[in-house]
Amino acid sequence: MSATTDVTESAAMTGQAAAVTNARRGLGLGLGRFRELSLVPVILVLGLIGFIVSPAFLTSDNLIGVAQQSTELSLLVLATAFILIAGRMDLSLESTIGVAPVIAVWLVLPTSGARFTGLGLLPQWTAVPLCLLVGIVIGAVNGFLILKLRLNGFIVTLGMLTMLRGLQIALSEGQSIVELPSSFTYLGKASWLGMPAAIWICLVLFALGGSALAWLRHGRALYAIGGNAEAARTAGIRVDRIVWAVLILGGLLAAFAGILYSGHYGSISATQGNGWIFQVFAATVIGGVSLNGGKGSVFGALTGVLTLQLVVNVMTLAGVPPLWNQFLNGAIIIVALVISRFASGEKQE
Amino acid sequence: MADTATTPAEHGSGEPVPAAEATGITKRYGATVALRDARITIAPGESHALVGRNGAGKSTLVSVLTGLQAPDTGTLRFSGAPAPAVGDVDAWRSRVACVYQRSTVIPDLTVAENLFLNRQSDGPLRPIRWKELRRRAGALLAEYGVDVDAAARAGDLTVEQRQFVEIARALSFGARFIILDEPTAKLDARGISRLFDKLRALRRQGVAFLFISHHLQEVYDLCTTVTVYRDAAHILTAPVAELGHQALIEAMTGESAAVGTATTGGARAAVRTGTGKGLTVEGLTLKGTCRGLSLSVRAGEVVGLAGATASGNVRVAEAIAGLHRAEAGRILVAGRSVRTGSVTSALAAGVGLVPEERHLQGLVHHRSVAENATLTVTDQLGPCGTVLPARSRSFAQRMIEDLDIKTPSAATAVSALSGGNQQKVVVARALATDPRVLVAVRPTNGVDVRSKEFLLGRIRRAADAGKAALIVSDELDDLRACDRVLVMFHGRVVAEFGPGWQDERLVAAMEGVAGAPAAAGATPAAGATPAAGATAAAEAPEAPSAASTTTSGTSEAPAASKTSAASETSAASEAADSEAHGR
Repeated sequence: MSATTDVTESAAMTGQAAAVTNARRGLGLGLGRFRELSLVPVILVLGLIGFIVSPAFLTSDNLIGVAQQSTELSLLVLATAFILIAGRMDLSLESTIGVAPVIAVWLVLPTSGARFTGLGLLPQWTAVPLCLLVGIVIGAVNGFLILKLRLNGFIVTLGMLTMLRGLQIALSEGQSIVELPSSFTYLGKASWLGMPAAIWICLVLFALGGSALAWLRHGRALYAIGGNAEAARTAGIRVDRIVWAVLILGGLLAAFAGILYSGHYGSISATQGNGWIFQVFAATVIGGVSLNGGKGSVFGALTGVLTLQLVVNVMTLAGVPPLWNQFLNGAIIIVALVISRFASGEKQE
Repeated sequence: MADTATTPAEHGSGEPVPAAEATGITKRYGATVALRDARITIAPGESHALVGRNGAGKSTLVSVLTGLQAPDTGTLRFSGAPAPAVGDVDAWRSRVACVYQRSTVIPDLTVAENLFLNRQSDGPLRPIRWKELRRRAGALLAEYGVDVDAAARAGDLTVEQRQFVEIARALSFGARFIILDEPTAKLDARGISRLFDKLRALRRQGVAFLFISHHLQEVYDLCTTVTVYRDAAHILTAPVAELGHQALIEAMTGESAAVGTATTGGARAAVRTGTGKGLTVEGLTLKGTCRGLSLSVRAGEVVGLAGATASGNVRVAEAIAGLHRAEAGRILVAGRSVRTGSVTSALAAGVGLVPEERHLQGLVHHRSVAENATLTVTDQLGPCGTVLPARSRSFAQRMIEDLDIKTPSAATAVSALSGGNQQKVVVARALATDPRVLVAVRPTNGVDVRSKEFLLGRIRRAADAGKAALIVSDELDDLRACDRVLVMFHGRVVAEFGPGWQDERLVAAMEGVAGAPAAAGATPAAGATPAAGATAAAEAPEAPSAASTTTSGTSEAPAASKTSAASETSAASEAADSEAHGR
């Protein structure tokens, strides 16, 4: 039955078991790595298709444009990857990206003289720190509700999503805010070394995030918590504290994405971030992060974002009417899921 | 050496300081007293058993001993020093560690990382050096003789390897006192004996164990001292050698345990003569499990299907209940063929299943006892697909009385019951359909002695009422309740025992050891069974091939012949097999 050739010595059984384990591990690890990279071929194929359908695709302008458009989404994906790996969910990120900038500029803009009147409480240079602070506060409140009051995280953040969206509309009176402090728009507009600053920042943040997950104890703790929170607790990991920190980090990243987005378009749109959370989750999950926690990597999540953005770009270049974008976006999510399901060989449940 | 621990008064001058000593521990949860003035003393290098029925306070003691909960009163000392404050995880871990039934490894991380979880590097901001980590893990595993690859994914380990890893991790914190909470529940006999070998080796290095098990035989095999708890209180502590089985069971249950032997096969009248067809399995072939397997259970008969974890006996049972599709072969209930791979048709044909894992397959945890017990019969509880609450309540009430389920009410969530009562709910669910054939997989897994007896007795009663019962298990206590026992090894029935078999022969057959003489359990009484007569003939060709996969690691195996290397897939022996058992 068993394929091994041996033998009758007493160690045969253990040796055999170990061999089987080794074989399975080799396979598992290989596929596990493969899963992380499973979207890379997809990206290459998309690149090839883009190259074929339009000469404009492989130009630095186009590619930088795609990258720039990915930045805000990718920051949310980075946040979601962290949170999902720790076994939690935060839907409210998509509202944080809009409400944090609105609150910040509302606090700093003058009380008169413009279409949007703020409170003028603080000097204009504080807009960026204020915005980040709002993100931190939102994450902290989510953490409090989920971890201290032990409420269901999905529903809490769903409520938070709706509430914050409403707060943004109430504060901005449903209008886009166009008079932004220059400090606020700098990062989204600036260009460093021939590339938009936002891209550099994203790359650095992803590199930092990936390294933290791979080489820091607290990063590894996220995998432990997401994989088996009880086991993590018995190993001395302060589970609640770390999850709380991750939720705060998520809010912070979302607020920062809000700054980049506002700067990039020069205004805070009333619908900023609306409906993004689906794309964010889709990108994260097709990038190999498990919805059940404990699995995935930041790099995989990044490939997820790039895949989604490239599809839209290639479709646009190919002259597919933009009305079909949403349909194709949904389709590519499902196709990508199927691909990664079979690339990794693991059920996704 | 361990005898010193039995009386705390003794360790004065020359005696070693106990590795752990708890005195006067009381713990209340609201109105419930979980522990009343309990005590336990574990000497260094001792393996100390803690036994008691479900609810005796064992788990509470474990959580007190591991620092998860502070006792209301009482003192706790490790190696003479007072216990650290509750919450000081690091201090606790350097003194005591617990290997739980439930896995505390993180499946997606490597063994190395699991071993050094939360201490992979020297400081929070120091990057982890993976190579170094794997090297340290390898050294740690080698130090304790654990044959596991440090780079393997923890989720790929076997249960036994996982436990070794957890033990090694516990020892790496400096703990010299380890609590094992039902470590053998998910292991097969081979795994258990390897675990025990390892534990004995560690004991020689001075590690003390507190061993919690429902399996009294294991207590006798491994431990030197035993402590019995009952109803939240300490009953006795004695050297294992001085305490007989009967006395131990008496101490656990608080009553005379003469009942224990009354249900065993030997004492019972031989097989009832043909009261009609029950279950027949013909030439069953399951992918990766068995090929051409045949067996039959008459109505009114209880048959055991024994075998180690890898033998495939559980999968055969699940196939009978419709959980797996057969590649070939037939399953007949009362003479009528049942479509394989369909639970619905198995249920309709009258197969009731007590599944292996009650937590995974048996129960819907936070639903009520009533709902769980009536899960299989919702079609009988009201017209046109409705489920009438009154009817399901009364149905459930009947089941609760029938199986003596101790529950505050039928509406109580099943998760609030003790293990034994949960298992009774699972059995109730299987019996609810009034099945012709009852298939019970490890029906007494993780339940206390009294519940065990009750459940086995209930299965016997079902058989007396004309049902065919198949008990699939590797526990001798379960098999003792059977009229005859078929033993599976690597997908084939390799032996059959009538009533009155001897433990070591049956175990040897389960381990695939060819030492067992052909007529193993065929006492005169078994002559009444035509099947048992055929056994002797069947076993002769079986014996050599069964020996080829044996290891010598099993202590129970008498004189295993390890030299024969006959081909495993001998078609001839299989044919003989199915002829002998497939009538």
